Amino acid sequence: MENHFETGLDNLRQKLLLMASRAETAVNESVQALMQRDHDLAVRVRESDQVIDNFEIEIDEMAIQLLTKAPLATNLRLITVAMKISQNLERIGDEATKIAKRARDLAQEPPVKITLDLPKMATLALAMVKDALDCFVHRDPNAARAIIPRDKEVDALNKQMHQQLTQHMIGEPQSIARCLHWIVAAKSLERIADHAKNIAEEVVYLYEALDIRHPAAKIQTPANPA
Amino acid sequence: MQSTPAHSFLSAAPALTVRKLSIYFGQNKVLKEVSIDVSAKAVTAIIGPSGCGKSTFLRALNRMHELTPEARMDGEIRLFGEDIYARHVEPVIVRRRVGMVFQKSNPFPTMSIAENVTVGLRLNGLRDRKLLAERTEESLQMAALWNEVKDRLNAPAISLSGGQQQRLCIARALAVRPEVLLMDEPASALDPLATQKIEDLIIDLKKDYTIVIVTHNMQQAARISDFTAFFYLGNLVEFGQTAKIFTNPANKQTEDYVTGRFG
Repeated sequence: MENHFETGLDNLRQKLLLMASRAETAVNESVQALMQRDHDLAVRVRESDQVIDNFEIEIDEMAIQLLTKAPLATNLRLITVAMKISQNLERIGDEATKIAKRARDLAQEPPVKITLDLPKMATLALAMVKDALDCFVHRDPNAARAIIPRDKEVDALNKQMHQQLTQHMIGEPQSIARCLHWIVAAKSLERIADHAKNIAEEVVYLYEALDIRHPAAKIQTPANPA
Repeated sequence: MQSTPAHSFLSAAPALTVRKLSIYFGQNKVLKEVSIDVSAKAVTAIIGPSGCGKSTFLRALNRMHELTPEARMDGEIRLFGEDIYARHVEPVIVRRRVGMVFQKSNPFPTMSIAENVTVGLRLNGLRDRKLLAERTEESLQMAALWNEVKDRLNAPAISLSGGQQQRLCIARALAVRPEVLLMDEPASALDPLATQKIEDLIIDLKKDYTIVIVTHNMQQAARISDFTAFFYLGNLVEFGQTAKIFTNPANKQTEDYVTGRFG
């Protein structure tokens, strides 16, 4: 006899992984469009964001229907975590759209004469997203924990790129508008890594029922007023 | 209060069409002009606080009130278009077409598992042993009990656990190949695991049967039903797709009931 509730949970997991795959593709293609000055690809990435948005809506609907069925323990955490992961994936899709928009505009301008390691940043951020989702699939909270510090590496690259571009803008003020596009694109990749970190934290919560977000905030919780 | 259904959500012809159904016990009107279309090959849950008329409604669907001397009804119930209360229609035939599973499992204690399954068929005069054996296996398979009892079909039915006994009663109801299955709180006396098996079975059965289930368990209604009807004080307050009733009911009373504010 089929366990229909479990089937519903499996469908939710599958939908989430499909959404993740679309979000990863969008980021990859947006960076490709940026580096290769591919205007058409950038336009396509922007148009595909609607698909990722629709996934978020569908996952929320599935989750709400499953919540009405009174899930408990792990199942309850899975449903709420799925909603949060899908929200992070939707925002990753939004960041890909922002990069694509900058790629579209930059493709119509002369190139900026500066060497930026944006692909490395994209590789690191996307690896974090992929690894966080692998931990979700393989039920591995320890590996999820190991992803969290990697966010610092992406932050450092963003900072380094910001400094490079600032120097370039001082030296070549006519490139300011184009350099600002690059700054925004790098910032988007930095945000994608933040979302991957959020997903990793949710995976720890899912499998260990332990909230590891904002560790400092708990210490500073004010006492109840008299 | 809603009395005339506007059932745009029914995609196919309804199995049961209920119009202005009122039931009286003596002077007491316990069901008040209920109109509802029960969708074929779907699960319809009837919910509401005790005394709201939900079991009364269920029993009217297979003419069980005729067994109660002071009960009478107004209105009309059609089963695939046929008036089940028409003069020429035999109640026994209606009950064969519309089976019932009760809250408490009630296997015949002196009969074996197999005899329990085929009792309805034998009462209808079926004697062919091969056919009876075939129907026993088919019904137990459908009730998801076959694998658990196939090696002890001649054991007493009361040797089964509570959950198995309830599935045996479902097999017994299925053996006469009804078109509609009525269930009155079929899992309320069972533990969570046995309840889950019954719920999964109900979802499996809707591929072939129209099911109407009375339940006090809101989450059970959410888990297994496609449509939900909320009754209160004998009135049908709201009827619609379960997904909507449990997330965005149109009526404040429904919302208060499904969220546990009263009842």
